[in-house]
Amino acid sequence: MSILYVLMSIPIFCIIMCIIFNWNYYCKYITVIGALFIFLIALYLTTKLNSSNLFIGSKYGLIGIEGFGIVILLLIGFVNLCASIFSIGYMQIKSKRLIKRYYLNYSLFVFSMLIVPLIQEPNVVWIAVELTTLFSVMLVGFENTNKALEAAWKYVVLTLMGAGIALLGFLILYAAAKKAGIENYTWTGLEKIAPALSPILVKTSFFLILIGFGTKVGLVPMHTWLPDAHSQAPSPVCALLSGIETSVVLYVILKFIPIIQHVHGLNIFYLILIFGLISTGVAAILIIQVKDYKRLFAFSTVEHMGIILVAFSIVSYSGNISGMLQIIAHAITKSMCFYAAGVVLFLYNTREISSIKSLIKNSPFVGIYLLIAGLSIAGAPPFLVFFSEFSIIKSALYSRHYIMISFLAIFIIIAFFAIMNHISRMVFSKNNIKQNSIYMDNIPISMKIGLLLSGLPVIIFGIYPVWIYKIAKIAALSIGG
Amino acid sequence: MDTNISLLMNLNALAGGFFLVCAFFLVAGRQIGTCIKFFILESFFLACSAFLVGVEIKSFHLIGVGIINLITKVILIPYVLKLLLPSTVYTKREIEHVLNIPSSLIVSLILTIIGWFFAYPIMHQLGPWPALYVNIPIGISGFLLGAFTLTIRREAIPQLLGILAMENGAFFAGISLAPDLSVITELVAAFDILILVFVIGVLTRKIHEQTGTTFVGILKFLREEAK
Repeated sequence: MSILYVLMSIPIFCIIMCIIFNWNYYCKYITVIGALFIFLIALYLTTKLNSSNLFIGSKYGLIGIEGFGIVILLLIGFVNLCASIFSIGYMQIKSKRLIKRYYLNYSLFVFSMLIVPLIQEPNVVWIAVELTTLFSVMLVGFENTNKALEAAWKYVVLTLMGAGIALLGFLILYAAAKKAGIENYTWTGLEKIAPALSPILVKTSFFLILIGFGTKVGLVPMHTWLPDAHSQAPSPVCALLSGIETSVVLYVILKFIPIIQHVHGLNIFYLILIFGLISTGVAAILIIQVKDYKRLFAFSTVEHMGIILVAFSIVSYSGNISGMLQIIAHAITKSMCFYAAGVVLFLYNTREISSIKSLIKNSPFVGIYLLIAGLSIAGAPPFLVFFSEFSIIKSALYSRHYIMISFLAIFIIIAFFAIMNHISRMVFSKNNIKQNSIYMDNIPISMKIGLLLSGLPVIIFGIYPVWIYKIAKIAALSIGG
Repeated sequence: MDTNISLLMNLNALAGGFFLVCAFFLVAGRQIGTCIKFFILESFFLACSAFLVGVEIKSFHLIGVGIINLITKVILIPYVLKLLLPSTVYTKREIEHVLNIPSSLIVSLILTIIGWFFAYPIMHQLGPWPALYVNIPIGISGFLLGAFTLTIRREAIPQLLGILAMENGAFFAGISLAPDLSVITELVAAFDILILVFVIGVLTRKIHEQTGTTFVGILKFLREEAK
């Protein structure tokens, strides 16, 4: 229990160290050490869970965590660790004042994401989700260019509009729970009282929250801000935004699954399915026309969020496991993609796909890395995304959702070819102008470490996914089996 | 419905009416200063409604909510905005609407009616209580009008006021939906809204520094065909 409070206070502690002691120069190292502690505590918590003990902390208090939350926590820990290491190299050319501002916002952003899975009271979770937006806006607009500021403005206005819609949903949910005579207003308390909840009120509130937080997750048609924000932010921040933040908000939406399942006469899983399929399909088609490689990965995030929703709309234990696997695979792989994109941006200083040619000759390390990242996010074997997508299709076939799965398979295939078309053009196409290859390998060592560290689990767990599968199973149990 | 409604509930209905009128003025206001004034008035009526319903059901939570709203939205938010933004933003000038004012008022009218229809099943489910019949439809209408303000404005501060008006609408409905919501939660929410105003204020200032205007309609640098 107390360990959860320690976990929450680590980013705040980092901020205090940076502000009070005025350690501008050491900010980056403090952040890395803090990130390491968060990751280790998350790992420790993972070992505490098994199929008979699904909860740490108080079920009816404010702070606690269950299996699904721990998966999110572990992913935050890992991506945050890689991003903080990668940031050292990324920020080294910036001025001292900017570095300090970056790390303050960064730690606040990590703090706001950490508290979402830890808080058990839905209304406070809404506040935490709004904080994730507010603390990340300055990071999105960090580069201070016209484009970055536009992206930040779009991001803040649209996601706060979504948060407003979700607020109405949460208030209606609260009224419904009070009417049903709830004692402790927490996720577990709601689950327990679910049979007595009024179906109309739960339906209204879930719809509002799906639309509202769906804006932040990037579901089509509320996705328009996402490719801009996720492509204009500094690369380590993109990794956090795309890899983790979307999953954190999706976690709040998915917490409704065990509640909806127990409300009498309420079947709204078709809503999740429709949003999921539309997001996957539209994003897959939009990937074909991108001209910017960071936007390419951002659209792929929209696609993956759709796939996750489709997995959970199957409503079976195996469907939930495969959804969990997809969340894990997406977070790890997408952050790796953005680190690779960050290095390419660092070398070429352009975001256009067409101006990057024969990367593999200019810088074999980055070329191979980008190729692996592209293959793994597109879903080629033997990487983790392939494993999770395969298990989604398998569990859908078991549940006889033939039409849905044929659509999903078509969209995944379109996205695969679209992504690989762009990536292979960047890596292999012939270049007439000769570039100095010594200059091209001039990448800061911290960036290389961040890259290698982020790529490790993508490859290891793709080949040997036993441990990941075990965690996914426990997480699936905690949202109703 | 029961005709024997207490004076406090009648006053609450009056506050609700004024709240809605302020939301309409927020849609139609021609100058930034006017918009801010009507937002302050709207927040004031929100606090009034919280006080009145709080006294009626003897809930200290709601009276606390009223005080928190009064302090943050009526006093602190305008102060923070004044502190953060260059004074040129407030100079008297007409701000552009995407729709002209008469047609946007007609759309607002339609939205208000839609809000009532949306509120009806919720009120019906939660049972007869005069505050529900006032606060939920007016809150949802205020919420929709805030969203509409957000969509028809191309200026930074009115867009921010649109977001805040949406949240005001949701909280206005919340007075009757969640009268016993803990004061701590409300306090954190109020703090959250202050951070919101601060962050958007800083971002607006940056946009003003970069582009020389707070007219966010010119932010079209990310369009793909613009290249």
